[in-house]
Amino acid sequence: MRLIIKNGHLIDPKNRRNGRFDLLIEEGKVRDILKAGHTVASADVIDAKGCIVSPGFIDLHVHLREPGYEYKETIRSGTLAAAAGGFTSVCCMANTNPVNDNASITEYILKKAKEEGTVNVFPIGALSRGLAGKELSPMGELKKAGCVGFSDDGKTVQNSRLMRLALEYAKTFDAPVISHAICSDLAHGGVMHEGFVATKLGLPGIPSAAEDIIISRDIRLAETTGARLHIAHLSTAEGVELVQKAKKKGIRVTAEATPHHFTLTDETVEAHPPGTAAKPSQDGASPYDTNTKIMPPLRSEKDRRAIVEGLATGVIDAIATDHAPHALVDKEIEFDSAAFGIVGLETALSLSLQLVEKKKLTMKKMVELLTINPARIVGLKKGGLEPGASADVVIFNPSLSCKIDPAKFYSKSKNTPFGGMKVKGVVKYTIVGGKVIYQV
Amino acid sequence: MQLARKDLLGIESLSKKEIELILETAKTFQEISTREVKKVPTLRGKTVINLFFEDSTRTRTSFEIAGKRLSADVINISQKGSSVAKGETLLDTAKNIEAMGPDLIVCRHWAAGVPHFLASRLKASIINAGDGAHEHPTQALLDLMTIREAKGKIAGLNVSIVGDISHSRVARSNIHALNKMGARVTVAGPATMIPAEIEKMGVKVSTDLRKGIASADVIMMLRIQRERLTMSPFPTLREYSQLYGLNKEALKGAKPDVVIMHPGPVNRGVEIDPEVADGPYSLILDQVTNGVAIRMAVLYLLSGPKGKAAL
Repeated sequence: MRLIIKNGHLIDPKNRRNGRFDLLIEEGKVRDILKAGHTVASADVIDAKGCIVSPGFIDLHVHLREPGYEYKETIRSGTLAAAAGGFTSVCCMANTNPVNDNASITEYILKKAKEEGTVNVFPIGALSRGLAGKELSPMGELKKAGCVGFSDDGKTVQNSRLMRLALEYAKTFDAPVISHAICSDLAHGGVMHEGFVATKLGLPGIPSAAEDIIISRDIRLAETTGARLHIAHLSTAEGVELVQKAKKKGIRVTAEATPHHFTLTDETVEAHPPGTAAKPSQDGASPYDTNTKIMPPLRSEKDRRAIVEGLATGVIDAIATDHAPHALVDKEIEFDSAAFGIVGLETALSLSLQLVEKKKLTMKKMVELLTINPARIVGLKKGGLEPGASADVVIFNPSLSCKIDPAKFYSKSKNTPFGGMKVKGVVKYTIVGGKVIYQV
Repeated sequence: MQLARKDLLGIESLSKKEIELILETAKTFQEISTREVKKVPTLRGKTVINLFFEDSTRTRTSFEIAGKRLSADVINISQKGSSVAKGETLLDTAKNIEAMGPDLIVCRHWAAGVPHFLASRLKASIINAGDGAHEHPTQALLDLMTIREAKGKIAGLNVSIVGDISHSRVARSNIHALNKMGARVTVAGPATMIPAEIEKMGVKVSTDLRKGIASADVIMMLRIQRERLTMSPFPTLREYSQLYGLNKEALKGAKPDVVIMHPGPVNRGVEIDPEVADGPYSLILDQVTNGVAIRMAVLYLLSGPKGKAAL
């Protein structure tokens, strides 16, 4: 079967292509990249006029919730959401039930993904057994079963010796250790960024220092061990600085940032941003929306700007969603008790495009942050469209306006603070291994 | 006249005019409580539910008396614990109560924001009777009323709020209220109990009790709630009392006609010396009395045709 994608604007940072090219796909792989205007016999044609054609997006950080929390998300619904967002590969965190800390769970996830999933799934193995932060997980076994990195994610490794051991041990397998950097002693019951807004709302705060201290520790340990460290969802200005300094020093550290951290601030907890679906309560805005409760928390405007800057200058390597589906029972409750996290797969592109529209990022840079950079971090042979590469492609129209409508999400969960927001950018086709798995 | 609001969620979004309306209305209701027959038919046929998710004697009783003096049917519901522990969402709880058709719901909750959550989802008027460390609007209103009675004015006064500012909804509501009415507010307490960037709320900050109450016209002492605190932000009650307890000696720096207030319940000998609590400058019991009048006013002003916005 041959498929040609015509009339689009191809952006492929890995292969330094940025212009009008047609893409020829055969047998699930990229066959050729042609100057626009060629005609190819006996091929299906996708007309990508007005669209960007890019390698499929790769998300380093999602929660697919299966096994164990199928009421929030399944591998099927989560990968459908990924496809609708333009992602062709996702890395899923280990905090399932049972935890992905042994080969049988990894194999289960991969089997499910093969049977019911629509995009490529690459599990992240637990760093410690049971995510308990006490003993190393069997990384060798996990790597062999298909895990591409190791992390306890939300259950930050508080014990510095265990973190050192994990980095040292993971080095053998050339897999990154991913750090969700929050010092739990300092975060102590906090539910939002510590600062004026938290003070006014009477909510316990999570100081930026809680994040910066663990980032510093882990960078220092990466230096000691020479291992690869990846900082998840960077949210503070100081964190960006720490990563920048470490990179200058030659320490093997990479970092990701989420669309919500580069779009929103702690002020969103007090009231929805204008133009979004505020519930009609007081003064046209609804404070304490649990869909603004995220870990790490939405930070200050200064932090937000630093994250945007970090993405533009390359200090931050990747955009990742931290897609965290939660059901109503986890969210329609007291702010203090509600679960942390929001869904992100289906809003990531349009939020990223806002940075392009505001000229903070070039389109090429945005694509890089969503494709080849994340691929390199977890060592995937993906993220580029050279001949022979797996034909994972996204075709999107960057200027088409739309309104974010959580009711239309493919994800089982609708927990987003962006509902009702007017944005630009519509995914037209998502192609995995040459097969169209999503189209509008 | 009614408030053009559905709910009373906090002082922050109230205008000075609205605060004045509540204070004026409360004044007219004060007299009812001194009658032989302490009851008027104003809210006959209205149902008020006191929905308390946290222990409270004073505030709940005050609302109950206020409702009954206005002839409303008042029902008390106490629920302990979190939605998570119950396995029922807060929304489910709220909808069940709504199904019983109350006109007003007085809500006290240990978590900040719960009254806002209910207000945006229910038709009944919601009155915030204290939400976590966020606001306690009727307390601030009764404090304003008490200050005005004692001092004849509010504007231009120096008011010091002393104690655990971090965990205090009374402090937050009073800061908003006093600023709106033109008073100057200072907060004082151990640095570990002063929340981040509080000065942006328009207050001066002091970690020294004497400096904090220097030239004060009014001192509001806050209850030290040790039971709420894990890893206490001060070493011992004894040291707290020595450094931040209000006694006659410490009072010397304040104005000679200073008045002392406390939202209760008082920890005698901890944040306030009994000599001071019972002294001539203490307004603690006036606060309690005025509480009933303020709550009558709020119930009355919110029971009319529903306005669009909340307070």
